[in-house]
Amino acid sequence: MEISVTVNGVMHTGNVEPRTLLVQYIREHVGLTGTNIGCDTSSCGACSIHLNGEAVKSCTMLAVQADGQNITTIEGMADADGTLHPMQQAFMENHGLQCGYCTPGMVMAATSLLGENPNPTEREVRIGLEGNLCRCTGYHNIVQSVLAAAGGAK
Amino acid sequence: MSAERTVVGRRLPRVDAMLQTTGQLLYADDLNPPGTLVGRQLRSPHAHALIHRIDTARAAALPGVKAVITGSDLPITFGILPVSQDEHALALNKVRHIGEPVAAVAATDAETAQRALALIDVHYELLPEIVTLEQALADDQPLIHGDGTGQNIDRTAALEFGDVDEGFAAADHTREDVYLFGGNTHAALETHAALATYGADGKLTLWSSTQVPHYVHRTLAKVLELPAARIRVIATPSGGGFGGKTDPFSHELVAAKLAMLTGSPVKINLSREEVFYAHRGRHPVLMWVKTGFENDGRITAMHFKSFLDGGGFGSYGAASLYYTGAMQTSTYRIPNYRFEGLRVFTNKPACGPKRGHGTPQPRFAIESQLDQAAADLGLDPVTIRLRNLIEPFSMTVNHLRITSCGLRECIDEVVKASDFTSKHGRLPAGKGIGLALGSYLSGAGLPIYFNKMPQSEVQLKVDRGGGVTVYSMAADIGQGSTTMLATVVAECLGLEPGDLTMVTADTDLTPVDLGSYSSRVTFMAGNAAVEAATKLRTRIVQAVADKLETVPEDLVAAAGRISIAGDPNSGVSWAEAVVLATAASGPLVESGSYTAPKLAGPYKGSGVGISPAYSFSACVVEVDCDAETGIVKVDDVWLAHDIGTAINPLLSEGQVEGGVYMGLGEALFEEHSFRGALHRGPSLLDYKMPTTLEMPRVHTFLIESEDPEGPFGAKEVGQGPLLPVIPAVANAIRDALGVRIDETPITPDKIVAALRAAGRREPARVGPTTVPKFKFPDLIRVAPPEGFTTS
Repeated sequence: MEISVTVNGVMHTGNVEPRTLLVQYIREHVGLTGTNIGCDTSSCGACSIHLNGEAVKSCTMLAVQADGQNITTIEGMADADGTLHPMQQAFMENHGLQCGYCTPGMVMAATSLLGENPNPTEREVRIGLEGNLCRCTGYHNIVQSVLAAAGGAK
Repeated sequence: MSAERTVVGRRLPRVDAMLQTTGQLLYADDLNPPGTLVGRQLRSPHAHALIHRIDTARAAALPGVKAVITGSDLPITFGILPVSQDEHALALNKVRHIGEPVAAVAATDAETAQRALALIDVHYELLPEIVTLEQALADDQPLIHGDGTGQNIDRTAALEFGDVDEGFAAADHTREDVYLFGGNTHAALETHAALATYGADGKLTLWSSTQVPHYVHRTLAKVLELPAARIRVIATPSGGGFGGKTDPFSHELVAAKLAMLTGSPVKINLSREEVFYAHRGRHPVLMWVKTGFENDGRITAMHFKSFLDGGGFGSYGAASLYYTGAMQTSTYRIPNYRFEGLRVFTNKPACGPKRGHGTPQPRFAIESQLDQAAADLGLDPVTIRLRNLIEPFSMTVNHLRITSCGLRECIDEVVKASDFTSKHGRLPAGKGIGLALGSYLSGAGLPIYFNKMPQSEVQLKVDRGGGVTVYSMAADIGQGSTTMLATVVAECLGLEPGDLTMVTADTDLTPVDLGSYSSRVTFMAGNAAVEAATKLRTRIVQAVADKLETVPEDLVAAAGRISIAGDPNSGVSWAEAVVLATAASGPLVESGSYTAPKLAGPYKGSGVGISPAYSFSACVVEVDCDAETGIVKVDDVWLAHDIGTAINPLLSEGQVEGGVYMGLGEALFEEHSFRGALHRGPSLLDYKMPTTLEMPRVHTFLIESEDPEGPFGAKEVGQGPLLPVIPAVANAIRDALGVRIDETPITPDKIVAALRAAGRREPARVGPTTVPKFKFPDLIRVAPPEGFTTS
């Protein structure tokens, strides 16, 4: 099936098989590998991206469902001049990562969370990120990073 | 020359954090050279079976399939230890667990590869499944390794240090307890992946998410029968390891072989389910512990038996077995000690090393028992531990050399911060607080295969523009080894970590480091880096001293300059200094290395447990338990860790928090659970791990005991902090509800069962009560180190 998807501001038109997952489309067709895959069960959230500004796990959608929609991946978060998105900056400064594999999904989920709730409490951050797994950090610095980004946005 | 530290000790982000936060860091599965074929493995649906025939013709004929291989294409055995060469890249003649690879294909796309697997016909003859310890010890079952029938014993150990019978005779009180530590797994978020290319020049290159490129390199050479010089292994940045990527794996060998056969790049990315079959996770260990105490709580003797369910292969098992007995003595002074251990084979995925390798299980047992003994003797949990605490710069009865030790400070810190003493035994119903300690290696004292070469080497090269490149085979698995290396080199040279170019984990480009296991990299690669950087600094400072007509002792390297001490604007810039030094003495290339001192004691098995330095940890956990449902909520964790020196406190605290997290997961949720030989839930949906909501507040304290041999005094932090967390949870639950759960994970059903048992006036515990009757070999009796008093 032919689909047109805008990814990080660039329109991509091409043929995909109906069963192609959105995450496969992003990684294999568009060639953006920052979005990671950690499970086959929609459990880990490593593949979180923004669909029309809201975080979704891109393994839970088919590519054809994204036809005509707007997608942002981790590669689209920094400014064109390389300035990091405040959330990326916060993850870096607060060491909200170790191996980095969950990081793109965490950043996408966390920015979406702040979009809905710009001043979350620690508890609200934890509830908001429950669907994103990390095996390295114990979440401590991830939560700190999100709170720091929220504070910086005030 | 001397200077205050300017980089070591600062809370700097990782040097690769920019790549990580932007999605630019390339993991193994992100590599896609043109024409890459998809490799897939066919896995056994049977736990134990002979393979009579494999028919691959239909698969090979499928359009798009480029190669099909079976065990006979890779017949040479391998394994991580010299004593565990018992694996085939693809099962040859026999399968030993569900999920073992038996054949593989390379195809133009994933769908074709998957269809091809379905067209491979394997003719199996089923054998009885051996899945429990008891079945493994029956003498009428088929051997999982070998022909005929008999007990499926992988390995045994039997050691005695001092005189344990005499120690028990001198005791005022003895306890015998039985514990079970359940198996669990690493579940790194990145599944294992490997990409292989084979060039027209006959050179094989493998990119793999491995913790041990050097050992993978050796294994490829052995199994593929290629000269090592024609093989290049590149460890890609790992999306988590925790010990799960520390073996050479089937998919690495298979990808390489398929690339050689097809001439095309071949990539194999394991599915999450396949990772559960590759496993190498925490061994389930059944333990029996008898300990003698004096009335004041001092230990007089300990007899420890461990029974390990190893799964289908040896892997690290020989080391795992000895680790379940080696480090009881490095936290507490045990004057007389006997260890008997057994590892059996079963028809399940092979166990191996997970964070803490073989030591979290006995740690759970002895820290649980210490709390029980304290209650027997009318002592509090702090006192009984302080009475037995290991002393700095001492020898243990089993010949471990303890150097720096800040364990007392660790206890003080967590006891004070948590208000342990006024809370223990006094919190409201359902709430409880528990304490436990631990200790761990800063690197295994010996390499995995015997040799006298350095365990880590580092090279430095300076560009004429002043750029410094650091070369090390240390593999960054998220722990921050690359940042550690950049930090210590930058400190020595007066630069910033971000100024350096880091080339790591590439067997063609970097000198050997044995790998990211046994918490060895900071101590060993760190020391090698310091040596190389110190040599380089000496040459550069000498050249500047000559130019300034002064002596090197008057100069410091700091803030990007070589300047006269006390006058930071004097002297020359780093780049100018590099030009001076290159002109004066030629290419600025230096190397350093680290070889651990001779530490092994005078007995077989003494290679396990020795380390040039030990880390120490103390942990307090506070819980809130629901007596109706058995649900445990962890409110707070206080963890103090003696790290020697925190080269980067921000990253070090991250390691502690991650260790606490993984320990809590093992204590309360995580279980590698089987129905017979079949994994109950090989997915992240079924394998329950803590989320943001289960993780409590973690209060981290870094204790700096400045180890005399560590780089800038540093010791490990990657593994040790996990160890005390699990028993501290068990001890806190005992304090909260009055029940002992002597079996992990401590799930709600077990708590409810223990409470119900208590209601029936039965022992208020859940856990095993007996261990199998097994005749261990005759004890090897080892005299304690000279000057060690056993009474």
